[in-house]
Amino acid sequence: MSKKYLFDKPRNVKILLMLLFGGCLVLIIINFFVHKHAHFSWEEWSGFYAAYGFVACVGLVLAANFILRKVVKRSEDYYD
Amino acid sequence: MINVIPPALIFIVGAFLVPLFRGKAKSIYLLLLPVISFINLIYISYGTHGVINFLDYQIIFCRIDRLSLVFGYIFHIIAFLTILYGINMKNDNEYMAGIFYAGCAIGVTFSGDLISLFCFWEMMTVGSVLLIWARKTRKSIEAGFRYALVHFFGGVILLVGIILYSYENGSIKFGDIGLEGVGSYFIFFGFGVNCAWPFIHSWLTDAYPESTVMGTVFLSAFTTKSAVYVLARAFPGTEALIWIGATMAVFPIFYAIIENDLRRVLSYSLISHVGFMVVGIGIGTELSINGTTAYAFAHILYKSLLFMTMGAVLYQTGKINATDIGGLYKTMPLTCIFCIVGAASLSAFPLFSGFICESMVVSSVAKSHMSGILLTLLIASSGGFLSAGIKVPFFAFFSQDSGIRTNEPPLNMLIAMGITAVLCIYIGCCPGTLYSILPFPVEYVPYVPYTMSHVMSQLQLLLFSALAFTLLFLSGIYPAEIRAINVDADWFYRKGAAGFLWLLNNPLAWFGNQVKTAFFETIPQSLIWFCKSPLMAINMAATRMMLFTFEESFTIKKVVKIRKRIVKARNAYPGDVIIYQYVGTTVLWVMGFLLGYTLIFIYR
Repeated sequence: MSKKYLFDKPRNVKILLMLLFGGCLVLIIINFFVHKHAHFSWEEWSGFYAAYGFVACVGLVLAANFILRKVVKRSEDYYD
Repeated sequence: MINVIPPALIFIVGAFLVPLFRGKAKSIYLLLLPVISFINLIYISYGTHGVINFLDYQIIFCRIDRLSLVFGYIFHIIAFLTILYGINMKNDNEYMAGIFYAGCAIGVTFSGDLISLFCFWEMMTVGSVLLIWARKTRKSIEAGFRYALVHFFGGVILLVGIILYSYENGSIKFGDIGLEGVGSYFIFFGFGVNCAWPFIHSWLTDAYPESTVMGTVFLSAFTTKSAVYVLARAFPGTEALIWIGATMAVFPIFYAIIENDLRRVLSYSLISHVGFMVVGIGIGTELSINGTTAYAFAHILYKSLLFMTMGAVLYQTGKINATDIGGLYKTMPLTCIFCIVGAASLSAFPLFSGFICESMVVSSVAKSHMSGILLTLLIASSGGFLSAGIKVPFFAFFSQDSGIRTNEPPLNMLIAMGITAVLCIYIGCCPGTLYSILPFPVEYVPYVPYTMSHVMSQLQLLLFSALAFTLLFLSGIYPAEIRAINVDADWFYRKGAAGFLWLLNNPLAWFGNQVKTAFFETIPQSLIWFCKSPLMAINMAATRMMLFTFEESFTIKKVVKIRKRIVKARNAYPGDVIIYQYVGTTVLWVMGFLLGYTLIFIYR
């Protein structure tokens, strides 16, 4: 039996995920109590940055995976 | 007259002395070199030193001001850390190339005129190519050649720009140039090649990952950052840079997401961060130039740290593709922690070094009320976290267990990574030290990076990016790593050059052969043949022509008769064997004619 490491136990992975989800939730809650020092009106919308970060990442991944990869992917010996 | 030792000199001369030392003495010498150079630098006062008069120009080797000093400091720090990191490599080629290269970058930083700048600029290319070649694989040698070609091309453009500029302005002083006049555009573009602007960026992602474990750490620190320095010096406030920088910040992220080689992922992310710096230069306010400078300082540290950790992985396992490694946290926990510190700094987490400089650039954009650019940079920020900050540590140290069981890298590597990691955290927690050496005073700017609202918005951006990554990964949409390469702008010269060679070797070579045969064989031989007896030749041709035209109307007997006549004439024709003269004879004839002409010309 090989040695068990930190993330070999599903419970630890679950804890990590819960921490992340919890962190997101806490941020959303705190968000309503913090004064925003904004240059643009959209910066004052509640949770703008959270939504923007999430949407941007999903968009980037989808574009990279389904558009860019289709265009630029070649086999590893393409240039040889 | 030279009254101080120019900062670059110690490194450049020192590089050539490396082979003289052996064993422990070599290690001590290598580590002392940056320290001595740094002490020398500290004791040079502000102003210009090391001025030499060359022709009508003043060559300035040592111009010390606040902007050049920041870059000088960080170049020394990172040279020391990289040498410490690679002290166990015991490869003189790497040490010499690396130190020489670092010295040239320092030379660029402190040169006060365009001529010495250009010399150091080109020498830097030589040093970096030698570093790439030090890996000694076929891929690295080819990538090194491509790197050299691109950079020498950029260098020629820069030289043209410098010549035009000095002609237009009558000065070779290296100061604020600005986009005025043809020369300045050439200089601008020449700097841009080293800065990895879009479409001329692929030398970076092509060559850096092919270098050695230590070489890549060296490379990641100097070329692009010295380009950032010269742009900040010569073109602050140039609007084009804002657009160039914003493009640079975003497009590499797409590539970073799908790239398999983790050092190449870091190279793409490097371009993205240089994009932030370029935007800062383009805005050109004191805040943004400060932001760019601080960014370069912090970036060199955390990017080197990440390249060091990936180098350690490569050194220990011999593998660097995300598909081949994974689960390394089990046996390389310290390296894993250092990598996470680097990734957190790169992603601009509050309390890490990236945050205190990225927020400077971002808020300078906000203050200029460019909402489009700001939104673009925010995408780059969250995407950078997603594509490098999470991806690199996750796929190297966690993800699927590859079954590789190895050890931590040698102690010197761990110490180098440890110091760099501590510096990243120190700068993030106590930005005052870094702020105090920036080119412009920071106090008067009403800018406090740790206002709650800034920290909150940054945390929201990052945590929800992490959330997006987690959900995409768990749902299987996040692109699985694939053993493949992704073609980039280097396709144009890699495939383009092959196509050009094919064009030369096939249609053009055929055409050239045809021309050669016609002008040097067929036509001269026919003329020689004709000249042997022009009358007979004409007669023969006329007879043939007649036969060809009137064959229908002649009787068979007459045709046969004419045919016989032609054969007879051909047999009687003098010497159908062509005698070639030796070239020497021809040359003698030509000489004779020339002599004759000369005599006629003189005694006419």
